Amino acid sequence: MPNIQRLKNLSGSAAIVGVAESDAIGKVPDKSPLALHSEAALNALDDAGLALSDVDALFTAGWSTLDVAEYLGIHPRFTDSTSVGGSSFVIHVAHAMAAIAAGYCEVALVTHGQSGRSDRAPIPRNSGAPMMQYEYPYGIIGPPVSYALACRRYMHEYGEDRTRQAMAEIAVSTRKWANLNPKAYFYDRPLSFDEYHDSRWVAWPFHLVDCCLVTDAGAAIVITTPERAKNSRKGGVTILGAGEGHDHSMISQMPDLTRAFGRNTGPQALEMAGVSHSDLDLAMIYDSFTYTVMATLENLGFCKPGAAPDFVADQVTAPGGSFPLNTNGGGLSYTHPGMYGIFTVVEAVRQLRGETGERQIKNCELALAHGTGGLLSSTGTVVLGRP
Amino acid sequence: MATEYSKPLPVPQPESDHYWEQAAMGKLVAQRCTDCHEFQFYPRVFCTHCSGRSLEWQELSGKGTLFTFTIVHQPPHRGFAGDVPYIAAIVELAEGVKMPSQVIGIEPDPEALSIGMALEVVFEQATDEITLPKFKPALQ
Repeated sequence: MPNIQRLKNLSGSAAIVGVAESDAIGKVPDKSPLALHSEAALNALDDAGLALSDVDALFTAGWSTLDVAEYLGIHPRFTDSTSVGGSSFVIHVAHAMAAIAAGYCEVALVTHGQSGRSDRAPIPRNSGAPMMQYEYPYGIIGPPVSYALACRRYMHEYGEDRTRQAMAEIAVSTRKWANLNPKAYFYDRPLSFDEYHDSRWVAWPFHLVDCCLVTDAGAAIVITTPERAKNSRKGGVTILGAGEGHDHSMISQMPDLTRAFGRNTGPQALEMAGVSHSDLDLAMIYDSFTYTVMATLENLGFCKPGAAPDFVADQVTAPGGSFPLNTNGGGLSYTHPGMYGIFTVVEAVRQLRGETGERQIKNCELALAHGTGGLLSSTGTVVLGRP
Repeated sequence: MATEYSKPLPVPQPESDHYWEQAAMGKLVAQRCTDCHEFQFYPRVFCTHCSGRSLEWQELSGKGTLFTFTIVHQPPHRGFAGDVPYIAAIVELAEGVKMPSQVIGIEPDPEALSIGMALEVVFEQATDEITLPKFKPALQ
C-alpha cells in the first residue's frame, strides 16, 4: 500500500513550468505523430523559458521514449514509457516528481502526439492477447462498445432516465466551455439538449455526442525542481498530490463496472495534497464519454455512487456554474487524439496561471486533473496548486 | 467457408487451446481450481483466486443471465459492417464467471432486452478451427 506519510513529504517537491499543444490541433493530416510530439515539446519548453538541451528526463506513452528521444535528438538520463492508455501522461507527471525528488533528473519533459484522425500507420494489434482472443471476435472492440457496456450496467443499478439526463447535461455543459475556447474543435458549434437526444447511435446507450472526438494533436509538459521553477518564465504550478493504478485490461474483466480505479487515486491524491474536495476550484476529468465523467465524479469521491446524475443536474458544470468542469471543452468538444489525459493537465495549469481568457474561472488556486486509460482500466490523478 | 471470414479471430494460446478445441465441439468449458474450487474465465496457468497451480477443466451448463449489453450501430471493425446493429454483451454464467459474448436470436432493441434475462449458449462456427460460443434467450 502507498505510504501516505512519505507521499506527504514528497508533495510539492516539483513544479510544472511549461505546457503547450502542438502548433495545430484538430485536423492535422500534414504532420506525423512524432512531429506533433516535437512541436508540443518545443512549445512547452518555450513556455518554460527552457531549451531541449536542458531536458534530462523523458516520459511518453503510445510511442517508446527511444523513438521520441531520437527524433528530438536528446539523450535523457531518466526514461519512462509507462503506457496504460490516456491516463499515462497524468501518471508521468507524478513519476517525474518522484524522479526529480530522488535526484535522477532536474528537467523532465512529458510528450504526447497522436494522429487519431489522420495516422498513415495505425498501430497493429496483437492477436494473442486475451482481449483479442475473447472480446474482439464478438465485436467488443474499442472504447465506445466497452464503455457502453459499463454505462448500461450503471443505468440498471441507478436508473436509466436519470442517467440519460445526466449524460445530456455533460454533453451540453462541456460544449458551452468549448464555445469559449478558440482552439476547440467545436468552438463554433453550440449543442442543444434537443440536438443531444437526436444524435445518432454509435453504441446504444451512446449517441454520437456522448463520444469524444477523434482528432490529431500533440501536447507536452515540462516539470522541474521548485528552485528552478522560481526562475522560470511564468513561475511554477506545484504538484501537490498524485495517485495511479489499474484494475483490468478488457472490459469484461473489470471488477465492478461502475467503479473504476479513481476510487483509489482520487482519495490518495487529495490526502497527499492535504486538501479536500470542497477546496478544489477546478476539476479536469477525462471525458472519453459523457458517462465517463459521471462515473469518475463518483469514483473520485465528489459524490456517492449513483449520485452523479443529481450532482451534475441543471448545468452546474457549465460556464458560470458552481462546479467548473473541463473548461477547455474536454475530449468531447475540444480535442481527443486517442490518449487525451495530458490535456487535462495542460488546461489545469493554464487556469491556475490565469491565462485562459474568456473561459478563465475566478481565483483558481487548486485544481484536480484526472486521466482514465484503456477501457476504464487505469487512472491517474494529480492535484495542482498555484504557488 | 463460402466467403472469407473477415472478423477478428482468436489466436489460441497454449493455455487456451483446450477452451477453443471444446468450443469447436459444441462444449463450453472453464477452468476450476482443485484447491479452492473456484471457476475462472479466461484460462490461465494458475488460479487467480488462491494462486493454486492445479486447475481442471469442467464443462459448464451453458446457462446464464444477461449482466450488461450494448447495441452496436457503428461497426468498430470493417468485418462487422454487415452485422450492425448487433448486441454485444457480458454474460454471467450459472457457475459464477462472467464472459464477453453476443446475444443473438432477439431483436437488437433496448426494449426487448433486460438485465438479468435468462440466456443459454449457442455455438456459431466461424471457421474450420474456430467456433464462437454466443447466447440466445433461454426457453422458459
